[in-house]
Formats: sequence, C-alpha cells, structure tokens
Amino acid sequence: MISHHFDDATLVARAAGAMSEGMSLLIDSHLHWCKECQERAWQAEQIGGQLLDQLTPAELLEDSLSSVLALLDEDAPVATFKPRVSGSDEVPEPLAQLIGGDLDALPWRGMGIGLQQYDLNLGGAGACRLLRIKPGVSVPHHTHKGNELTMILRGSYSDDIGRFCKGDVADLDDQVKHQPIVDTEHECICLIATDAPLQFTGIMGRLAQPFIGL
Amino acid sequence: MTEQQPEGVDVNAAAAIEDEAKKRERDGWSDLLATLAESRSKSDFALLYKHFAPRVKAYIIRFGMPPAAAEELTQESMLAVWRKAHMYTRGKASASTWIFTLARNLCIDRLRREKAVEYELPEEEVDPDQRHYGEQAILEDRMSKAFSQLPEAQAQVLYLSYYEGKSHSEISEQLGIPLGSVKSRMRLAFAKLKSYWGEQDQ
Ligand SMILES: [Zn+2]
Repeated sequence: MISHHFDDATLVARAAGAMSEGMSLLIDSHLHWCKECQERAWQAEQIGGQLLDQLTPAELLEDSLSSVLALLDEDAPVATFKPRVSGSDEVPEPLAQLIGGDLDALPWRGMGIGLQQYDLNLGGAGACRLLRIKPGVSVPHHTHKGNELTMILRGSYSDDIGRFCKGDVADLDDQVKHQPIVDTEHECICLIATDAPLQFTGIMGRLAQPFIGL
Repeated sequence: MTEQQPEGVDVNAAAAIEDEAKKRERDGWSDLLATLAESRSKSDFALLYKHFAPRVKAYIIRFGMPPAAAEELTQESMLAVWRKAHMYTRGKASASTWIFTLARNLCIDRLRREKAVEYELPEEEVDPDQRHYGEQAILEDRMSKAFSQLPEAQAQVLYLSYYEGKSHSEISEQLGIPLGSVKSRMRLAFAKLKSYWGEQDQ
C-alpha cells in the first residue's frame, strides 16, 4: 500500500520533459506501481498537449518527409527488437531496464558506517543512486539545494516527515532538512535522485560528504 | 513584486487556445490520426507530418539535442506515430498530446539508452489507463477556458516549463524567486486547471 506520492509540481515538470534523467527514471518507476500518480501524470500531459500545440515550428531538413516516407514500408522496425528486461517484485520495470531485476546482484560499494551505494551514472545535473542502509543506521542530516526524490524498494525508514515503506516516494525541496533512519531490523534499499548536490549539516555530515559525494 | 516576462513567451497564448477555429483544426488532426491505423494512408501521414514534425522538432530542441540529433529523433518520433497509430484512441487524447508524449518518451529513452541496455518504455506509458476514454473532448473544452483564467504568475511557470523545458531550479533562477514559490505556483495552476475537470478533481 503506497501512502506517499509525488507533488503535483513534480508531475508537471515530468510532463513538460523538464527533469533530469535520474529524476524522470525515478518518477517512471513509481508510476509503474502507483495508479494514483498515473492519474495526475495523465492530467499533466493533457496540459502539455494543449500548450505544445502553440510551439513555434522548427525548420525540418529538406528531405525530412521523403526519407521517412521511404521507411514506412519496411517491416520489423529496429525499435521493436529491443530485449525487454522485466521488473521484479522489488525493482519496477523502468529501473530494471538499467540494473536488471535483482538488487542483491549489484556491485554495491561500501561507504563504511552501514551504508552502501550503487551509482547509476546517469547524465545531467545531480545524481541518481541506490542506497542500501543497515538497520538502525541513519543518513547524515542534510538539506537540499534543489529537489530530492526518494523511492523505497526494500524495507522502510522514518524521518522528520513520516514513515516511508516500499513503493513510497519522498518528494523534497530546499525547505526540508531531514535525517532518514532505518526503523526496523531489516535493511532499507532506496533509489535517490537529485537535481543539485545535497548539503550535509552537522559534523558527521561534513565529514561524510566528500566521501559519499552525493 | 513585479516579475520580468521571460523572452519569447507569450503569456496571452492561452487566450488563442479559445479560438473556435483552432479547436476545429485540432479536432481535424485527431480525426485524421484516429483513422490512420485503418487507412494506412501515406498521404494522410504526410499531412500529419507536415503539421506535427516541425513542432515536434522545436520541442525536441528544447531537450538540448544538437540539430542533427533533433532531426533524427523527430523522424523517429513520426515513424513511431505511423507504427503505433493503432494505439491511439480518439476519445482519450488529442493528436497533439499523444504525439508529444511519444516524442518526449523517445527523447528520455534516447538519453538513457546512451548509458544503458537497450530499452523501450512500456507501452502503458503512452496509454496508461482506460478510464479516460471519451472524456477528452469535454476536458479540452473546459481546459481552454481554464487556461485563459489563470493568474499570469501561474501561467508563466507553466509556459516556462512546457515551452522551454526549464526545471524548477532554472525557473527559480530566471524569475528570481525561491524554488518553493515556483513549485507552489505550479501546484496552484495545476489545481485550478483540474478543478475544471469535474469529478476527477479531488
Ligand atoms: Zn503515487
């Protein structure tokens, strides 16, 4: 049962195509599991259709139309030959396309202090990583310069805002300062996407920052 | 506080949407696309191409693609229109919403694919839900009225976002207002538009 969802502003930005790769990946992953956000994402897309109708057209290459017309009869378009990686109970399909369906099979990198990470190495501003956090461990206290999206894939954590379980997303901006802590005896794995660097506060955070490099 | 109008954005563009002739034109494109799967008519496709491809290209350029890549992706998007025409449902989305969503998914797909295994967004991305079938025409009509009634500051963040693909932080920088204000304007605009969508509004 998913109980934390995206902010409307986030879904508008996604519909507008104005998202970092990592953030749009995370959003698509949650949408894959969440009917409620799918509904709002659909509404945001309707807005886009109306507005984009008004774009000033760009100039096409001279042979643009003819070269596409020449392709219409070709069978078996290349695009449909892509192998599909299915998702799993823990990994929604859009994410599975990038990392496969098994979280435990990833080359996790230890960061000491009960944290491991796997960097998806996506382009653009900010970062997109999986964090694996041991029970009782907390991520250093931090604020954000931009937006930070988190989606829980395994386990749960609590922070100043509430309790987040599998499928839930935390949609935070620069007004929020928080310190998530894993709140059961099971580890927690979450996908985190940011569009600007995090700012750690407190001595532990400042020590950890260059090391974690989030 | 007065805010600068971003260059190249016509905040009054929403008013033009109300124009009855435009609406009929849009409906015409949707009808044409709806019959494409059956007709497989290349001349119909060519008409759609001439209208939508230049707009799709303008849209793709906003993703920061170099011109050659933008042209290539535009062609790819329009090819996808031809191939996936059977998935288009007239009552559910206008032709432009459907085509722009296809193009957006291709762009995001392309950006990711450069890093990852071959990947195709799930078909459900384009067509996630059946509950909206038949609602689209009513919705479009109400929405154009709603657009023209948005306060300028709210319309502005929507335009910067959809027209220029600006992120929340970029808009915040451009307008010189905090990130939180950008997001709350967006929320307000979205809520206002949704309130015209009848019972779907919560
Ligand atoms: Zn949701």
